[in-house]
Amino acid sequence: MPDISIAMLATQLFTGLVLGMIFVLLAVGLSLIFGLMTVVNFAHGSFYMLGAYFGFFLFGLTGNFWVSLGVAPLMVGTFGLLVERFLVRPLYGRSIDDPLLLTFGLSLVLVEGARLIWGKIGVTFDPPRELGQAVDLGFTRFPAYRLFVIGITAVVLLALWLFLDRTDVGLIIRAGSRDPLMVQALGIDLGRIRLLVFGIGTLLAGLAGVLAGPMRGVHAEMGVTVVIEAFVVVVVGGMGSLAGAVLAGLMIGEVVGLTTLVAPKLSEIMVFVVMAVVLLVRPSGLLGEAGLLE
Amino acid sequence: MHRRSFLATTAAGTAALGFPTIVRAQSKEPIKIGFPGPLTGPFAALANDQQRGAILAMEEVNAAGGVLGRKLEVLFRDDQLKPAVGAQRTKELIENERVDFIVGGLAANVQMAINEQTKRAKMLFISVSQSDEITARPDASPLTFHEALNPTITCRAVGRWALQNLGQRWWIVYADYAWGKQCNAVFTDVLQKHGGTLLGATPYPLGNAEFSPFLPKIQAAKPDVLVSATPGADNLAFLKQVISYGMKKEMRIVQPLHWIPVTKEGGPEVYADVYAGINFYWELADTIPVAKRYVEAYRKRFGTPAGDYGAYAYSGILEVVRGVTLAKSTASEAVAEALHAHPVYDHYKGKQWWRACDNKSFQDLWIVKGREPGKLHGEWGLLDVVTRIPADEHLDRTCVEKGFA
Amino acid sequence: MMGRLASGIGAFPVSAFLAFFAVFPFLVPYKALATQVLISGLFAVGFNLLYGYAGLLSFGHAAYFGLGAYGAGIALAKLGVGSIWGGLGLGLAAAATGGALIGFLCLRRRGIYFAMLTLAFAQLLYFVAFHLADWTGGDDGLRGIPQLPVRLPGLALSLEGSLAFYYFAFALTGLAVIGLRRILDSPFGAVLQAIRENSDRAVACGYDVNRVRLLSFVFSAAFAGLAGALEALRLTVIPIDSLYWTTSGQVVMMTLLGGAGTFFGPFVGAAAYLVLEDRLSVLTESWPLVIGTIFMAFVLFLPKGIWGTLTGGIHGR
Repeated sequence: MPDISIAMLATQLFTGLVLGMIFVLLAVGLSLIFGLMTVVNFAHGSFYMLGAYFGFFLFGLTGNFWVSLGVAPLMVGTFGLLVERFLVRPLYGRSIDDPLLLTFGLSLVLVEGARLIWGKIGVTFDPPRELGQAVDLGFTRFPAYRLFVIGITAVVLLALWLFLDRTDVGLIIRAGSRDPLMVQALGIDLGRIRLLVFGIGTLLAGLAGVLAGPMRGVHAEMGVTVVIEAFVVVVVGGMGSLAGAVLAGLMIGEVVGLTTLVAPKLSEIMVFVVMAVVLLVRPSGLLGEAGLLE
Repeated sequence: MHRRSFLATTAAGTAALGFPTIVRAQSKEPIKIGFPGPLTGPFAALANDQQRGAILAMEEVNAAGGVLGRKLEVLFRDDQLKPAVGAQRTKELIENERVDFIVGGLAANVQMAINEQTKRAKMLFISVSQSDEITARPDASPLTFHEALNPTITCRAVGRWALQNLGQRWWIVYADYAWGKQCNAVFTDVLQKHGGTLLGATPYPLGNAEFSPFLPKIQAAKPDVLVSATPGADNLAFLKQVISYGMKKEMRIVQPLHWIPVTKEGGPEVYADVYAGINFYWELADTIPVAKRYVEAYRKRFGTPAGDYGAYAYSGILEVVRGVTLAKSTASEAVAEALHAHPVYDHYKGKQWWRACDNKSFQDLWIVKGREPGKLHGEWGLLDVVTRIPADEHLDRTCVEKGFA
Repeated sequence: MMGRLASGIGAFPVSAFLAFFAVFPFLVPYKALATQVLISGLFAVGFNLLYGYAGLLSFGHAAYFGLGAYGAGIALAKLGVGSIWGGLGLGLAAAATGGALIGFLCLRRRGIYFAMLTLAFAQLLYFVAFHLADWTGGDDGLRGIPQLPVRLPGLALSLEGSLAFYYFAFALTGLAVIGLRRILDSPFGAVLQAIRENSDRAVACGYDVNRVRLLSFVFSAAFAGLAGALEALRLTVIPIDSLYWTTSGQVVMMTLLGGAGTFFGPFVGAAAYLVLEDRLSVLTESWPLVIGTIFMAFVLFLPKGIWGTLTGGIHGR
């Protein structure tokens, strides 16, 4: 403990922020899907992985990182639309566990599919030259790419918030999360909205993947551990609460970052300890609504 | 009944009831070696290399007339990098396919699970991947042989060389599981015994590719040498993140091993000037005749240069064959005794021998270094050979340390 | 015809189980596969009690399988317990205790929260076991489990052969299956299924729903723990991923493939899954792709599973 200075702490806070932003992107997507559709998307990590691979593929095709960053999430979102339409939709009205089980099977297929298409070792996806250096922040040198990740995630979250808060479609989504029966009684076709929400949720996961790929490497198993952590974040934040997902994502990112500095062996366990404690003390999560999906 | 037909029937019946030794000696049934490996999962590329080495060995043996006049067959199975699956596949090979021997394994914990099954079946097992435990109590057995290097040998060799040649102040980053912890312990021991300074040692959860939480701390401590015991995909992610923090220019980077498929994937931008140990590298063909023969045979058969793990498998299969030939039998105990009686061999890189107490194979290893971009010798010429570390029993734990009297 | 056969079997479940599994080793390519099916089936039986009969989806059942395995393994390898019964007993006790504790904590929530909490506790247990390497062997697994004979009054039966071990596991699994039948046929079993159908109504009828759920959790954990202990004896090594969530996922798949909420579903599912895996992984390296597709197809088109569809879904879900 004694050799941790203010500078180191500040650096760690930034590091935790980057971790947290990736968590937030994943958790917001998961929470959106769960909030409106009460679908637990176990394949969310696989969409994250596909985002990274699509980014790699596009970069190989165009040589342009920015194009890859823009288009890969769209590709993932489109794939998500197909998954919702043909695999998830038939399960509505059935047991609430069924989409969880289906997406569990889907994740096995997607991981193995990625290995078949792109090889077993994983691939390298580099950040653009402009962001390849470390930036002097005063108290430390921090990789420019990571600062970029923080920035772009903030922009995307802002855009999402504006979409949900200021547009009609956003209003329907929020209403549908609260009371789907009422929304349908008002004559609104929830089927199209569900499709859209699943697409947006998976698009966010794909975006997280494209962003994470240059930092962490791209390989077929990259979504497997991440999906569990994303679930923890959603549950801690409160299922169906987007603000909760943001808060919990940042919080857990910082917790993991600081634990790694102070007690590295505990860092894996911390995530689950936090979840268990929060759920036992505040049953619906930090900002969740009581009675939702009990 | 007619006397002649009665005799014929009886003879046929007796033969069917079996005088086993007579029947088998005349049979042309192949000798089967079971080979479990992680054909699926993150290390599949290494497992494929193992397969190719084994296939090359098998084909060479059969082209030369087989073993004891019988064909050699190698049966591959996928252990999915999971000990329970490895154990079950081994049982299937033993009970269903009725193999005579087992060679294989990649992950250390899978090797040990395989070993439990072969020990119970009293079958010879040659393990072809890194593990410290497999030649020590309680895992070791008279029928368990270990062809590959282990973390102790590798890290001691690499550590000593690095201390003398690269710098005295170290920081170690290691994956928090058996292999990583063993590497860390041995590196730390080498430092202490030879006057180096350990500035810090950081464990991280295996498979977690996010190293940013502690890289700034390491950078601030300004070590001469950064030791990275990070396997597989973690290795690639770690080096890339180290580079992104600008640390590669500030310190030397050393790791216990380079894995050729991973090095190729990362490319020279990542691996230039990164030092490591390795059991075999194809450019050794330039200086070692037996390596040249192996590399050329491999290239002729598969079109690419021979890899590191493939060579272990190649040697492992050939050792089984050598033991069977010497013992004139496929009985595991006889083969093991034959290998004990004639422990010295040389299949692809130089003299190797089995140590008597623990069936550990001692062998040369090399320190290699990643070549810089633009300096590669073709698509696979990724490494410079820096120096050879000759085989030495003192690099491993002693028999007593491993639990043998 | 199959439906009539299945219904006929359904009428005498325990006898049918005993008759079929008595000859099962001779129906499959090799004995060790039969034992694997038997033990995995027992694990699935435990999971099915909670999911199919009580209606609670646990995504962390590896915890009780692992506790049973490590309980037995540590007893035999580290604590020097000299009897197989002692090892099994300690494994069972560990699993049941774990079930009681974790069940108590998780059952405070329902639905998806319940599932996530069971997963969280199982992962917690995994990481703890991973780091307590002196006791559990960490990621190397727990080795050094001795092969002890089974001591009965006047007898000592060796378990060395594959067939001998199979019949030992068969005997214990048979007892467990008889136990399951008794549980399901008892008033407790009736209340359990009533709670699954409509828990509000059960509460209104005055049943102590929480106590019944917790008890079913403990029973479920005990079955899973027995399976884990048997597996530890079978392999004489306990891999750390006995506790990992992929093990939990596997038992979920097996139960669903076979038919949740049916008596034989777990064994049918375990057999289908393991035999398929055994034969297919020789032919293809993309086994996860195959099983993932099959599983999705079942969720979409055959939610009652193989046995459930054949019997017309006795306990329709």
